[in-house]
Amino acid sequence: MMKFRFRRQGNDPHREKIKQDLFAFNKTVEHGFPNQPSALAYDPKLQLMAIGTKSGAIKIYGAPAVEMTGLHKDTAAVTQIHFLHGQGRILSLLDDNTIHLWEIIQRENRSHLVEVHSFTLPGRPGIESTSATRVTVMLLNLSCDLLAVGTEGGGVHFLELPSLTLLNKSLFQDEIMQSVPDKYKCGKSLGPVESLQEHPKDSDKILIGYSRGLVVLWDLNSRHIDNVFLGKQQLESLVWERSGNSFVSSHSDGGYMVWAVSSSNRCTHDPVSSTIPYGPFPCKAVNKILWRTTESGAPLVLFSGGMPRASYGDRHCLTILQDHNHVTLDFTSRVIDFFTIHCTDRDQVEFDDPSALVVLLEEELVVIDLQMAGWPTVPAPYLAPLHSSAITCSCHISNVPPKLWERVINAGQQQCPLQNFENWPICGGKNLAPDPKQKELLLTGHEDGTVRFWDASGVSLKPLYKLGTANIFQTDCDHNDSLTQAGEEEWPPFRKVGCFDPYSDDPRLGIQKISLCKYSGKMVVAGTAGQVIVMVLGDEKSDHMIDVATVDLLQDREGFTWKGHDRLPPKSGSVVFAPGFQPVVLVQCMPPAAVTAVTLNAEWNLIAFGTSHGFGLFDYHRRSPVLARCTLHPNDSLAMEGPLSRVKSLKKSLRQSFRRIRKSRVSGKKRAVVNSPTCKVQEANAHLAEHDAEVTPVQRRIEPRSVDDSLSGVVRCLCFADTFLRDGTHHGPTMWAGTNSGSVYAYALDVPSQEKFSEQSVEALLGKEIQLMHRAPVVSIAVLDGRGNPLPEPYEVSRDLAKAPDMQGSHSVLIISEEQFKVFMLPKVNAKTKFKLTAHEGCRVRKVALSNFTSVTSEDYSENTLVCLTNLGDIHVFSVPALRPQVRYDCIRKEDISGIASCVFTKTGQGFYLISPSEYERFSLSARVITEPLCQVDVERPHDLSEHSSSSMTVPTQANGTHKTQAEGKSVEAEGLLEEMRSALSSPVLDSPNSSADINLDTTGELTMEDVKDYLMSVDEAENNFRNISEEDGRPPGILIS
Amino acid sequence: MNKNFRVPSNRTLNAVEVKSKFGAEFRRFSLDRSKLGRFDEFYGLLQHVHRIPNVDLLVGYADVHGDLLPINNDDNYHKSISMAAPLLRLFLQRKEEADYSAFGTDTVTRKRTPVALAAVLLRPDANKKPPIIISLPKDFRPVSSIIDVDILPETHRRVHLYKHGQEKPLGFYIRDGSSVRVTPQGLQKFPGIFISRMVPGGLAESTGLLAVNDEVLEVNGIEVTGKFLDQVTDMMIANSHNLIITVKPANQRNNVVRNGNSGDGATSGSSGRSSDSSTSFYGYSAPGSMAMTPSHIIQNYEQDDEIEDEEDLVIEGNGETKLIPQAPARAAASSSMPTLPRYEPHLNLQPSNGAMATSASVGSLNAHDGGFEGRNLEEDGTVITL
Repeated sequence: MMKFRFRRQGNDPHREKIKQDLFAFNKTVEHGFPNQPSALAYDPKLQLMAIGTKSGAIKIYGAPAVEMTGLHKDTAAVTQIHFLHGQGRILSLLDDNTIHLWEIIQRENRSHLVEVHSFTLPGRPGIESTSATRVTVMLLNLSCDLLAVGTEGGGVHFLELPSLTLLNKSLFQDEIMQSVPDKYKCGKSLGPVESLQEHPKDSDKILIGYSRGLVVLWDLNSRHIDNVFLGKQQLESLVWERSGNSFVSSHSDGGYMVWAVSSSNRCTHDPVSSTIPYGPFPCKAVNKILWRTTESGAPLVLFSGGMPRASYGDRHCLTILQDHNHVTLDFTSRVIDFFTIHCTDRDQVEFDDPSALVVLLEEELVVIDLQMAGWPTVPAPYLAPLHSSAITCSCHISNVPPKLWERVINAGQQQCPLQNFENWPICGGKNLAPDPKQKELLLTGHEDGTVRFWDASGVSLKPLYKLGTANIFQTDCDHNDSLTQAGEEEWPPFRKVGCFDPYSDDPRLGIQKISLCKYSGKMVVAGTAGQVIVMVLGDEKSDHMIDVATVDLLQDREGFTWKGHDRLPPKSGSVVFAPGFQPVVLVQCMPPAAVTAVTLNAEWNLIAFGTSHGFGLFDYHRRSPVLARCTLHPNDSLAMEGPLSRVKSLKKSLRQSFRRIRKSRVSGKKRAVVNSPTCKVQEANAHLAEHDAEVTPVQRRIEPRSVDDSLSGVVRCLCFADTFLRDGTHHGPTMWAGTNSGSVYAYALDVPSQEKFSEQSVEALLGKEIQLMHRAPVVSIAVLDGRGNPLPEPYEVSRDLAKAPDMQGSHSVLIISEEQFKVFMLPKVNAKTKFKLTAHEGCRVRKVALSNFTSVTSEDYSENTLVCLTNLGDIHVFSVPALRPQVRYDCIRKEDISGIASCVFTKTGQGFYLISPSEYERFSLSARVITEPLCQVDVERPHDLSEHSSSSMTVPTQANGTHKTQAEGKSVEAEGLLEEMRSALSSPVLDSPNSSADINLDTTGELTMEDVKDYLMSVDEAENNFRNISEEDGRPPGILIS
Repeated sequence: MNKNFRVPSNRTLNAVEVKSKFGAEFRRFSLDRSKLGRFDEFYGLLQHVHRIPNVDLLVGYADVHGDLLPINNDDNYHKSISMAAPLLRLFLQRKEEADYSAFGTDTVTRKRTPVALAAVLLRPDANKKPPIIISLPKDFRPVSSIIDVDILPETHRRVHLYKHGQEKPLGFYIRDGSSVRVTPQGLQKFPGIFISRMVPGGLAESTGLLAVNDEVLEVNGIEVTGKFLDQVTDMMIANSHNLIITVKPANQRNNVVRNGNSGDGATSGSSGRSSDSSTSFYGYSAPGSMAMTPSHIIQNYEQDDEIEDEEDLVIEGNGETKLIPQAPARAAASSSMPTLPRYEPHLNLQPSNGAMATSASVGSLNAHDGGFEGRNLEEDGTVITL
């Protein structure tokens, strides 16, 4: 142990320099669809789209690979975002009632998103009436110098942009009330401001819609009401017709009304027309409506919601109406927001003529082409819903040969011909990143039995090809399609759109492991019901029978009964397969437990697979099993019962997933008051209770691993290697298997030469059996050649893609268990070096990979390393084969178990892990190989704010709560820096209402709307108010509990 | 009678001359080195030769250094034969009268003469308290103990929990907690890891070396400050085959009091191993090394902590089982120990007696070899720390 300490402190300056050239940790980009999106905005001038999330992130997307991310200091949900058109600025409204201004700035030749200002409407925070100053809607005028803000209390306030200063122009309901006929007043308030819309022709006029249904046209300059529209239905949204002669309002009863604006009639009682499209039975509210004029005449009406409450109240729909064309887009998740892409230049073009509709749903983004007949969907080059079916495993292929790449792309294009991303409408910004030198594939296995191929070479993760494995099995879901077909003729005319489909037809179809040989185009995919499918890439459609083989892994073990699921029954007869990966052989393990490890050697035509019961070796050329071995310990009874019976039944899991969905829907409730004092008091009490309560301390039992730990027979890893197992002079094919209880089995294989493959069978002979004394699960096994380099993949040498391994010197095997790494010499299997990670650091190995790191300074210098992710979420890098620790980085929070479980490493020192069910975070450990967005957005700003941007804001942040260190994070001490930044970012913001919780609640009398008005009457008063708050902030914070 | 068994010693090199003494009687006979047979047969032969067929015997022999060492299994029987140069002198005692303290190094080496050895055997109870009987187990192994008493502060205790193929669980739980320490800034609270519970009958409880609320300071030499409970748990489990915990006992009254006379090896230097059943002689893996370390009491413990514990078991394809060969440096290293640790059968450490009572389970083949002893403590004061 002393040795170990010295080793770590070894501060050879030369070595440190090399390490700096090799290793650097960066979280580079987030792939996939943002988790829990909550707001959407579009800038038609810059052609950029922004998405806000519930975790306080703002993500900007333009052309593929143009991406920017900003994260608010407070993790409050972003409720609205608005672009200042053409200026590269964004206004965001958060759930905590703060307004933030963001700017795209150009630094180090690329664009970043930086917050420059924030603002809170002054009110009396901390008391009930905060809701009165709660912002409900925001409107930017066309010239982007004025922001109108509507509140819950019904007031409209005006802010100067971009400084975000409150103008003394506020408009209150009593002013409006004077112009409303007495008959309409009936003593009720008008309710919150629901919509603010600027007049399309006259920028001095804005349309204000109140919740109760009243709509007024207000002239900003003359401060008087032009028109009053006495709507009687609760208002949801407003939209102008392009000419400005009429506008449309949508209502909570599921209808919309068209109102004419005429200068002659100041007070309009009735709309021109009123329609409830899905009536006459009660309907849900139309949340948002858009009215677009077209050159062809009939206007295009797009609205969300409005479905008949009883029959389709649970559908998430968006309706497109034009003339007789009526389509009800039926989505699988909630509609957050939508916009159309159309020409906004009001002077040049007479009509809107929208080209595309962009719909942000809770789980995906759908774009509809509005110019093509039938309104087809446009595939998106990014924001792919990775989780359209839950991801069950992932696999990364580095340096894909161009031949395979082409064939995969071809296969994908025949599946979805539109998939060239050329007509993608959102195309702002320029991608400055050079074209990736290598093609990289990310394969994700899903719960529904599909494997999706993604282009992971660049910043945007593009879908390439989708492979289904369900079609070779008989499942219950087959007839489902016909059912939906029949319902096609019904009213409303539903059309299923989007690919998010979290309901798996059969959990047994789930993909557990994938192994792909990139040179031969062969792939093996293994699933939850013990199915192992060998596939061959074919360019033509094929109609053939699949060979089915069953391998009994129990090997006549007595006394075990499998209580888990049945195996999937394969389809009899031939099946038609589209071009792409086509199954040729299906091997089914008995008992049909989930496959836990799989590997493929295309050169030897062998696959190896393991479950919790044992492992098998199969010759897919001759279609014959070579070997089956049971790894069960006699005491291990749990393994026999199967995973489903222990965890949950199918019924239960369905019920749970429904509950989960319901829960996520609840959070969609509008404008919940979060800052009420009662809420605060409760919080404070909860805190006190936490401190007082005698919490029983967490304790941990200290016992060594014993043989009869459950599931000890689970096969954790399998590997093929051409090495020395029998003696030191003759090398040959070997197969290695490692189990959960620290056993390693090594088999010497007798593989006939290529010519004789059909005649001679493969034979396997148990060569060695190693029992690691600490009995920790074997996570990975790798064979190193005489120079200590990992053996190349099959075909790599024969195709001159890798240096031939050193077959002269003595080989060694690196066995990585959850607790330690150990190198054994071959063929004697005597221990050479080891590193006891758990014994020293107290962390367990979760994921490992052998990676090659190339130096920044010289392309010729590279080192082989072992990259290891631990259960604490940190990444350690060790040299190979000396196993000396090199660097350590914090990567994933240790509580984020799914993140740690989903991590995959690439061969060049990058990695991916899931930060949410739908998003991969990409990180880089290499100082050389970094894939990060390098983009530029050209903006024009009339009033530049750059002098305002304070230096503390310049730290680029990543969304979803992970703060990112840039180039300065190269040093190992980056953690300290990160801490500093975190503390800086977490310092309380003075102008947030949360910080002034210590205001005395002397005025306990009921506060009416009028009372609130006083606080906002003039700017002076508002400033006074500010001063009071800041003075009181000086006092120690405390909460008055009355 | 004797004549029948007397064989000229120079007749063949394969013969071993044996002189066996029981009480006041001597018998002389010879054994064929090539046909040694098993210990049982040898034992029977002795009973036959001495004509004491129904007497339980304790067999001892004097090795080249004059140490009286036991013969009670095949291994040390073979060892004794191989060490006989040329005469093998045996001392037989009745089991019920046996003086166990006669075995070992120190008693005999001090005198350095077989005469003294005989004298000890002849005067079993000369003004000495009868010692507590410790069995001479068939399978020697180290047991849990307090170690490094001489280098640790008196308030701390380093405990070596040795779980060797026993059925007993380690049997304790740890928890998070906080301890108050005196710092230059006054009393301050620090987070710490504490022992929260003992499993009755577990190793920790039965040895009495650990107690509830003891603060864990180190695990196998690695400080636990700044580590999460789960990390410490994993560290302990990863080291569970050879767990060394440094604790600050909650009860400070049982601390070992040092008398300052560090020159006396019996109280300081060797106190660390005082409770070991240090007559252990043989392990499975290193019979070869015995030839070079004839006088060692403690065998087989590793010189290097790095290779100290697990030896992974490799089973060759033909089913033959063998342990992974250790580093070749091992035998040389152990023979180069300059001085010998002394053997004191029972020292002042009361708690460790519990360890003596632990069942001497028969070591299984796939457990690691019997001779692991954690610390390498030498009398000249150089201490290899953890």
